[in-house]
Amino acid sequence: MAKVETQGLEKYFGEVKAVDGVDIASREGEFLVLLGPSGCGKTTLLRMIAGLEKPSAGDILIGGEAVTHLPPRARGVAMVFQSYALYPHMTIYKNIAFPLKAVSMPKDDIDRKVRWAASMFGIERLLRRKPRELSGGERQRVALARALVREPNVFLLDEPLSNLDAKLRTSAREELHRFQKDVEITTIYVTHDQIEAMGMGDRIAVMNQGKVHQLGSPKEVYSDPSDTFVAGFLGSPPMNLIKTEDRIIGFRPECFLPRELLGGSGDLESFTVEVSRVEDLGSDRLVYGRLEKRFGHHQVVANLPTSFTHYSIETGGTYDFAVPRKDVKFFDVESGLRAEPIPL
Amino acid sequence: MDSLQEHGGKSVINRGGRLSFFFDNEKFLGPIMIAPAVIYVLALVGYPLILAFAYSLSDITVGSVDYNFVGLSTFRSIIEEPEFRIALKNTILFTFVSMAIVVVLAKILALLLVKDFKGKFFVRALILMPYVAPISLGVIGWLWMLDSIYSPINWLLQRTGLFGPDFWPMWLGTPGLAMASIITVHVWRMLPLAMIIMLAGLASIPKDIQDAALVDGAGYFRRLFQVTIPMMLPIMLVAVLFGIVFTATDIIIILVLTRGGPYDSTQVLVSQAFYIGIDAGDLAGGAATALFLFPLLLAVAILMLKIARRSEVT
Repeated sequence: MAKVETQGLEKYFGEVKAVDGVDIASREGEFLVLLGPSGCGKTTLLRMIAGLEKPSAGDILIGGEAVTHLPPRARGVAMVFQSYALYPHMTIYKNIAFPLKAVSMPKDDIDRKVRWAASMFGIERLLRRKPRELSGGERQRVALARALVREPNVFLLDEPLSNLDAKLRTSAREELHRFQKDVEITTIYVTHDQIEAMGMGDRIAVMNQGKVHQLGSPKEVYSDPSDTFVAGFLGSPPMNLIKTEDRIIGFRPECFLPRELLGGSGDLESFTVEVSRVEDLGSDRLVYGRLEKRFGHHQVVANLPTSFTHYSIETGGTYDFAVPRKDVKFFDVESGLRAEPIPL
Repeated sequence: MDSLQEHGGKSVINRGGRLSFFFDNEKFLGPIMIAPAVIYVLALVGYPLILAFAYSLSDITVGSVDYNFVGLSTFRSIIEEPEFRIALKNTILFTFVSMAIVVVLAKILALLLVKDFKGKFFVRALILMPYVAPISLGVIGWLWMLDSIYSPINWLLQRTGLFGPDFWPMWLGTPGLAMASIITVHVWRMLPLAMIIMLAGLASIPKDIQDAALVDGAGYFRRLFQVTIPMMLPIMLVAVLFGIVFTATDIIIILVLTRGGPYDSTQVLVSQAFYIGIDAGDLAGGAATALFLFPLLLAVAILMLKIARRSEVT
């Protein structure tokens, strides 16, 4: 167990700033997710922590010690790659044993630890096979076992689920999360998939263009975004962001409901919506439409759980919608950062 | 729906006509496209090979008008000759020593050239030079450099004090040195191609795997011998297979530098076959000498392909 900390970390590739002054600190045993669109610098950040890229500036600390100039093997980190990066010419046993051989561990100890790591992921029966004979899910477990076998201080995972099919991904997500909680090893997990991030992360660092926009618990980054990027990136469909003269106002589609469904409860902000399209997605009903003239006929989306089926909405109709006042977020027009609420 | 299909079908026929039917039909187009290659192989490889087999089983000479089948007696008589044994021994020595040197040097060069450094392009171009220069001209250049009287190599080594004032080796005139010279020139010539193949092999190893080995704590030599080389093995085997066949059947360097001498010390089977079959006119003996390599190389090829398949990676 160890804390991972970066201080003013920067990385340039030629003129391009891939990572632009990142200061984050994980907690011990934490599952920290780096979330962002492709090319946001999250993988570069992870590779710098692993020691595979040299930072252009800044420092990396693992367990309180500066490791910025140490080679990967001296950092006590283990990494799982998106491609799993199993050694194709070695059996599964040798793949898992490889990090132990690298530290010249006695043969008996290697054997014991390989079998232990394999049993953690239920892959004992695969030990004599080669990676090409394995399915995607099995390869992913082998990669995890190879990372675990050294009992590292830190796990670095680079989109390890993205090569699995959708069904397998769900179960692998749950398994990975439970495993991390069992071993209590600090984990930094890179993904562009917000469902993975929300489902597994203790905290999420939302990145864009080399910068960390927000670091917080899944609930915080979702319902209390620090700026318009985070607000627009998280959620599917993302937060409605409506530009007015003084503020950008934002509210989640699932908070945006027909007024009569919200009842008279609490403090509401009301809008009129001219519905242009209704999508029935099974569990949810997405209602697309335009706001009244006061908000420049801005496009909005509302997300109605299908449990409200009795409430009928027709394309072309105009309806009264409302958002609880507490669910409306305000952002600065210029900077996109959170700003003081104003009356609408 | 029906009418739509009918309409579509008709328009296709109208537009294409007979020509399009011909070019869209794999049954016709396939054989036609592959025919030049098949004809080439049959006429210029298959036919001469069969001819060589037929000659080797006869007593034919350049002056013969009839074909006399004599079975394996030509083979029996050439095997008994000491010159043949020397040539066979030289062929094996020449092939394996030069291939071993080529593989090691090409591997080292590839590992150096895969790194980024200033002037990399220039160094790569320089190393490729022997491959793009016409081989006979290159070897004639070596003939001058290894000349018994005017050798600039000797001159340079004497001037720098590495050779004593009375030490003036006859590179192509002393049996051991002649073979060493031939091997050196051959390595000079084979190295660029082997290096390019190795570079391609190195580049084909996914970066993730190299990175994984780094994070897994493997040092340079562990990565080299347990990850890089095993993963390059299939492509290295292709290079070696190609090199062995190429080396064992090469004649230009020997013909230009030593003509097999001194005292047959650089005579290999191919040059021997040329001298027996063409110079001396004994077509049967020449064919038998040349074909002696055939099972040998076939065995090498089969062995290499088997190893390549076993170490196949996905």
